Amino acid sequence: MRTEADESRRRALKCLAFGGAGTLFTLAGGVFTPIDLAVAAAGKTAGAAAKPLFVQISDTHIGFSKDANPDVAGTLGRTIDLVNALPAQPALIIHTGDITHLSKPAEFDLAQRMFAGFRVPELHTVPGEHDTSDAAVTEYFARFGRASGDRGYYSFDHGGVHFLALVNVLEFKPGGLGALGAEQLAFVAADLAARAASTPIVVFAHMPLWTIYEPWGWGTADAPQLTAQLRRFGSVTILNGHIHQIVQKVEGNMTFHTARSTAYPQPPAGEGPGPGPLKVGAGHLAKMLGITSVSVVKHPRALALTDATLA
Amino acid sequence: MRDTPSTPVGLVTRLAAVAVGVLALAGERATPLAATPDPAAVVIARGFMFAPVSLTVAAGSTVSWVNKDDEPHTVVSDSGLFRSGAMDTNQSFAFRFDRPGTYRYACSIHPRMTGTIIVR
Repeated sequence: MRTEADESRRRALKCLAFGGAGTLFTLAGGVFTPIDLAVAAAGKTAGAAAKPLFVQISDTHIGFSKDANPDVAGTLGRTIDLVNALPAQPALIIHTGDITHLSKPAEFDLAQRMFAGFRVPELHTVPGEHDTSDAAVTEYFARFGRASGDRGYYSFDHGGVHFLALVNVLEFKPGGLGALGAEQLAFVAADLAARAASTPIVVFAHMPLWTIYEPWGWGTADAPQLTAQLRRFGSVTILNGHIHQIVQKVEGNMTFHTARSTAYPQPPAGEGPGPGPLKVGAGHLAKMLGITSVSVVKHPRALALTDATLA
Repeated sequence: MRDTPSTPVGLVTRLAAVAVGVLALAGERATPLAATPDPAAVVIARGFMFAPVSLTVAAGSTVSWVNKDDEPHTVVSDSGLFRSGAMDTNQSFAFRFDRPGTYRYACSIHPRMTGTIIVR
């Protein structure tokens, strides 16, 4: 799907500035290697030279206004400027959920107005549990449901890469983890059935598709039934949000990676009473917010993931 | 009572007896709210937990949930009977339970947060 282009809104966002330091990761032989973003921005690494296939943003939480970040619209604006200033524009942007904080119409409206400020017009979304927390669970689907016939999950192809956009925040198990559900797993099976194992696969969903920390619900109960279907593919990149920090894992040909939020950080697993907003000292927030960009480095075998912060 | 300073001792005794009887009845059932619908049955969401995690009320009672966390929470019945919208800090949701039964619920944002309302 495409967001509604709105040139005047785009222009209004151009005045926002962003910093230039951060961390960049390239995937080399299955191991993420951190590289200073300032070096990468100067074009001194191969990773920075590659045109990003897409950029992932996550957990924008429009509507949040507490101490951890009283201005989440401001940091989203800086994020949009960061993406717009990339030397090579990505073909598309994916948002891995929690667009809003409270599923309010005004929050969705503001988010959509801001997304129109991306120079890249193609935006693909999946809902987070914060986007489906309105009593009727209609606000997200009224705006973003068209791509999926209101199911929320869908697939598409771009640049020789097959994308699966999945929803694991609706069929949650009380007391447990997120879930995809039998119907969605059947959709995935049918969707992948005819695809060659050489097709690079990108899967994105809001909650982690592997169990990072069960007591906080950082995982998806039936994810093993998904990854079993993905194992035969030569290059699988699984991207999630939800936990507002980078956690990654490589398992065979599958790379799992969670993105930073653009709104506020959360504590590492198990630190504190629960996965709430983490207030950090002045000057530290921007270092904990950011985006992930993904490039094809050795088509069709490998994708490189790059994490950049707002600081 | 202010207008009747000379309250007969017998009336006070009878009232006390009624009060003791109510307390005894409540003790037997372990449900202090079971006698009449409780207008102030409240569950607090704090520290990613519902407290009390199990609450017993009389049929006809309205239960209120109040969020005391910085994170929003919801209250979603397992059976689909009730579903709040997102409650931000200090916001609340109320539902009236007319029929006896055991009603389990969870927060859809933090599904490990669960609770039970028992209606007698």
